[in-house]
Amino acid sequence: MTAEIGHFALIVAAVLSLGQSVLPLIGASRRHGGLMALGGTLATGQFVFVLIAFGALTWAYLVSDFSVANVAQNSHSKKPSLYKITGVWGNHEGSMVLWCLILALFGASVAWFGSNVAPSLRARVIGIQGMIGVGFLAFVLLTSNPFDRVNPVPLDGQGLNPILQDPGLAFHPPLLYLGYVGFSVTFSFAIAALLEGRVDASWGRWVRPWALAAWSFLTLGIALGSWWAYYELGWGGFWFWDPVENASFMPWLVGTALLHSAVVVERRDALKSWSVLLAILTFSLSLLGTFLVRSGVLTSVHTFATDPERGLFILGILILTIGGALALYAWRAPILKGGGLFRPISREGSLILNNLMLTIAALTVLFGTLYPLIIDGLGLGKISVGPPYFNATFIPLMVPMMIAMGIAPFLPWKRADFGAAISQLTFVGLVTILVAAVILYLEDRSSFLAALGIGLAVWLVGASLRELASRLNLFRGSLGASLRRAAGLPRGAWGMTISHAAAGMMVAGITASGVWQTEVVRYMKAGDRADVAGYSITFKGVHQLRSSNYLARQGIFAVVQDGVNIATLRPEKRIYLPQRMPTTEAAIRTNLLADLYVVLGDPNNEGGYAVRLYHNPLVAWIWIGAILMFLGGVVSLTDRRHRVGAPRRSTRSIAAPLAKA
Amino acid sequence: MRPKRRRMAFLGLGLVLLATAVGLVLAALGDGVTFFFTPSKVAEKKVPAGQQFRLGGLVAQGSRKMLKDGLTVSFRVTDCIKSLPVVYTGVLPDLFREGQGVVAIGRLEPSGVFRAETVLAKHDENYMPKDLADQLKEQGKWHEDGGGKPCPETET
Amino acid sequence: MGSSRILFLAPLAIFILVAAVAGYYLLENRDPRLLPSAMINKPAPTFRLNGLSVDGREVAKGFSSDNFKGHITVLNFFASWCGPCLVEHPQVMALAGMRGVVVLGVNYKNKPVDAAAWLARNGNPYARIGVDPQGDLALEFGLYAVPETFVIDHTGRIRVKHVGPITEDVLQENLLPAIRALQR
Repeated sequence: MTAEIGHFALIVAAVLSLGQSVLPLIGASRRHGGLMALGGTLATGQFVFVLIAFGALTWAYLVSDFSVANVAQNSHSKKPSLYKITGVWGNHEGSMVLWCLILALFGASVAWFGSNVAPSLRARVIGIQGMIGVGFLAFVLLTSNPFDRVNPVPLDGQGLNPILQDPGLAFHPPLLYLGYVGFSVTFSFAIAALLEGRVDASWGRWVRPWALAAWSFLTLGIALGSWWAYYELGWGGFWFWDPVENASFMPWLVGTALLHSAVVVERRDALKSWSVLLAILTFSLSLLGTFLVRSGVLTSVHTFATDPERGLFILGILILTIGGALALYAWRAPILKGGGLFRPISREGSLILNNLMLTIAALTVLFGTLYPLIIDGLGLGKISVGPPYFNATFIPLMVPMMIAMGIAPFLPWKRADFGAAISQLTFVGLVTILVAAVILYLEDRSSFLAALGIGLAVWLVGASLRELASRLNLFRGSLGASLRRAAGLPRGAWGMTISHAAAGMMVAGITASGVWQTEVVRYMKAGDRADVAGYSITFKGVHQLRSSNYLARQGIFAVVQDGVNIATLRPEKRIYLPQRMPTTEAAIRTNLLADLYVVLGDPNNEGGYAVRLYHNPLVAWIWIGAILMFLGGVVSLTDRRHRVGAPRRSTRSIAAPLAKA
Repeated sequence: MRPKRRRMAFLGLGLVLLATAVGLVLAALGDGVTFFFTPSKVAEKKVPAGQQFRLGGLVAQGSRKMLKDGLTVSFRVTDCIKSLPVVYTGVLPDLFREGQGVVAIGRLEPSGVFRAETVLAKHDENYMPKDLADQLKEQGKWHEDGGGKPCPETET
Repeated sequence: MGSSRILFLAPLAIFILVAAVAGYYLLENRDPRLLPSAMINKPAPTFRLNGLSVDGREVAKGFSSDNFKGHITVLNFFASWCGPCLVEHPQVMALAGMRGVVVLGVNYKNKPVDAAAWLARNGNPYARIGVDPQGDLALEFGLYAVPETFVIDHTGRIRVKHVGPITEDVLQENLLPAIRALQR
C-alpha cells in the first residue's frame, strides 16, 4: 500500500507543479494578487506531496518491502538501518526523487522566506520553479518510477553496492543536490527578471542569499566527495579530475562568480545582464552535471546509473531549460540597462577580474570534460583527458586570481588607490616572498610549484587576516575597541574573510600533499618494518574479521616515532557478502599536519602482503578549509541584509531600488 | 564616451584572458590527452615506445604472475586478436581478475613490454569499462559481430 | 548596439553547438542490443546437447529441445573466458530463483574443466548445462557472441532474444516484464 501512496503522491505533486508553473505567471502578468499568491500555496503543496512520496519510499526501505522492485534491487534485510535509509538515494530512481524533494523544498522556501521580495517577481520565480518541477517529476514518473512492484516477490534484496555503505558516499548526494538544486532558485530569479525586464540593486540583494546557501552546500558536497575518494579508493589521492568530479566543480566555479557579481549588482547597480547570465549558466552546469552522470555519456569512477533512454529525457529537459533560458536572455537581456560607472582599480573592477577568471577556468574544465566526446563524435578515436591537462590550464588561471584575491578586499568601491592598498599589504607580501624563497632554498630550487603554492597560501591567509585587522583597527586602538568593532562588523565581511583564508588553507593542503607526499609500496611479511617520513611502521600480521554484512582481512601495523609507539593502524580488505564484492578500507592516522595512510593489498604465495604506505603532509587542511569555506558562507548568510531566515520580521515592501548602501 | 571605453577595456581584458586560456588549453592538450588503445590497435598503429597511453582489454586467463620481488605483477592483456605483456609494480585494484576488463595507463618499453603506471578496474556496476566495451564492439569481438569469433582462452 | 546584440546571442549559439554534439553522440550510440531478431516468435531449433562433465564426472545433465515444453525457459549462452558473462551472472542467478522459470545453460566453446571451475567459483544457476564445443548450436540460434540469452515460452517458441550481458536494467526492464507477460 505504501508504494501506491508514494506513487499517487508523486502524481499529485506533478499536477500541482503544473498549476504552479502556469497560474502565478498569469497572475504576475495580469497583476492579479490572488493568482500570484496561489503560486506559493501550490509550491508548499508540491513540497508536501513529494515529501510524502519520499517518506513512502524511505519506509519501504526501512521495513525491507521487497515487493517494491527498487528496494529489492538496492537493499538487503541484513543491512544496517542507517544504510537502508541512505540506500534510498544510493540508486538512480531514489536519487531522482531526492532531487525533486530538494527542488520542491527550495520552491516552497521562496514562498516561505521570500516575503521581502516584490510580489510579481516572487510569483514569477515560483512559476519558473514549478516548470523545473514539472520536468523532473515527469522524468521520475515516466522513466524512473521507484514504486514499481515486482512479482514474484524476492526473498531478499540484492544488497546495496558495498561502495555505498559508507558515511562519506551516503551523505555526498544530498549535499551535492542541495547545492545543484539550490542554484535553481537563482536561475528562476534570473528568468523572472528577464520576464519583468528589470534588474535592480534589490534583485542582487534577493539573489545573493540563495546563491550563498547553494554555494555553501555545494562546497561541502564536493569536499565530502573528495574526502570519500581519499579514504575509500585507496590511491592516496583526493581529486582525479574525473568527469563526475568536474561536473560538480564547474557549477561551483560559476556559482562562485555569481556570488561575487551579485554583490556588484547590489552595491553598484551594474553587471546586471552578466549576473543574469551567470545565474543561468550555474544552474545549466548543474543540470549538465546530472545529465553527464545519469546518462552514462561519460564513464567515470563514480557512475552508478547508465541508461541512454533516461539520458535522452534529461537531454530534452536540458535543451528546453538551457536553450529556452538562453534564447530569452538573447531577446530580453539587451534591455537591462547597466548603471554604474567603472574604474579598473576599484572593488568592482577587481570583482570583474574575479568573474572573468572563474568563468574562463570553468570553460577550460568544461572543454576538457567534453573534449573526449567531441573527438569520439568526430570518429577520431578514443581519448581521455587527464590531470596533466587540467593542471596545466587551471593552475595558471588560478594563480593571478589568488594574487588579486588578496588585494581586492582592500580596494574600496568606485575609486581606489592601488598604492594605498598595496602599502597595507607590504608586510604580508614580504612574508610571502620570504616563505617562498626559503622553500626554494630548502628544496634545492627544484620545487617551483611548492614555493608558488605555499607562497599563495601564505599570501591569501595573511592578506585576509591583515584585512580583518585593519577593519578591527587592531593594534592601533585598545583591544576592547577592536572587540566592539568585531561585534559590529557585518557578517558578510566575516564570511568573506573566513572563506578567503579557507581558500588559502586549501591551497596549502593541495600543494603540500601533492609535492611532499611520500609513497612506499612494499611487500611485507609479519615482522617487517618500513620507514616512511620519519615513522617506522612494523607489520604485525593479519587477522580475519566477520561483520553482519562483510568478511574482512585486517592488517595490523604498529607506528613508532622517536622510539615511542604512537598508534596502531588497521587497514582492511573487505568482501561484502551479498555480491562478494571486494573493497579496500585504508587506515588513516592524522595529526592535522600530516596523514599516515596505509592500504593492505593482496597476499602473495610466500605469505607476505603487498602494502602501500603514504605520508601526506597537510592533506587534512583541504577538508578543514572546505568546512571553513562552508562556515564562511553560512556566516555571510546570517548577515542582516539578507534576512533569509527571518520571514516574520519582514521589512517594508521594496518595490523601488534602495539607495546605495 | 568614457563609460563606453571602459566597457571596451573590460571586454578587451576578457578577450586577452580568453586567448590566454585558449593558448593554455592548446598547449595542455599535447601531453594532457591520453589515447586509448587495445592490443591490436597498438600493433596496428605501431605505437612508439615511451609514449603514454591507456591500454584496454581483458586480462588473459592464466597469465597473471608475481615476479620475484613479490610486488611486480605481470599479466597479458588481450582483445582476442592480439595480446600484450604488461608489468605493474604495486597493489592491484580490488576488481582485478583474470578474464575481466582492465585499463592500464603506462608506456611501451623498447622490449615490447607495456609498463603500467596505473591499473584501473573501475568501481562501477558495469565491470567492463565503457570505452573498452565500445572498442571491443567496434572490433566485433564482444557482441554483435557477424563473424562471431569470440576470445578463446588458449590464445595468448 | 548591434555588436552587443550579437554578444547576447553568443551563449545561445555556443549552447546549440554543444547540444548538437551531445545529441549526435547519444543518437549514434543507440543501443544495438535491442535489434530484433529473425528468430523471434519462431520455434526453437531441435537439438540435443551432452551434459557438462569433467574427467567422466558429470557436473550437470545435458538437455534437448524437448526440455523447453511445459514451462518458461531462459536459455543462456555462456563461457568462462567471457568477461561480460561474469557481469550478468548475479542476474542469471536471480532468474534461476524465480518460480515457474527454468534456466538452461549452453557452455560455448569452453574447456569443461574451466567451465566447471568457473561455476564452482561463481555459483551455478543452471538446471541443466549442455556443451557446445564447436559452436554448432550457436550457429543455429544465430548467436553473435557470448553472452546471449533467449526466453522461450512453454510451447518452445523463442519470444525474447537479448545480446550482451543481462545488466540489472535489462533484467528489470526487458526480461522480467516479458517473462511476467508469458506467465499470464
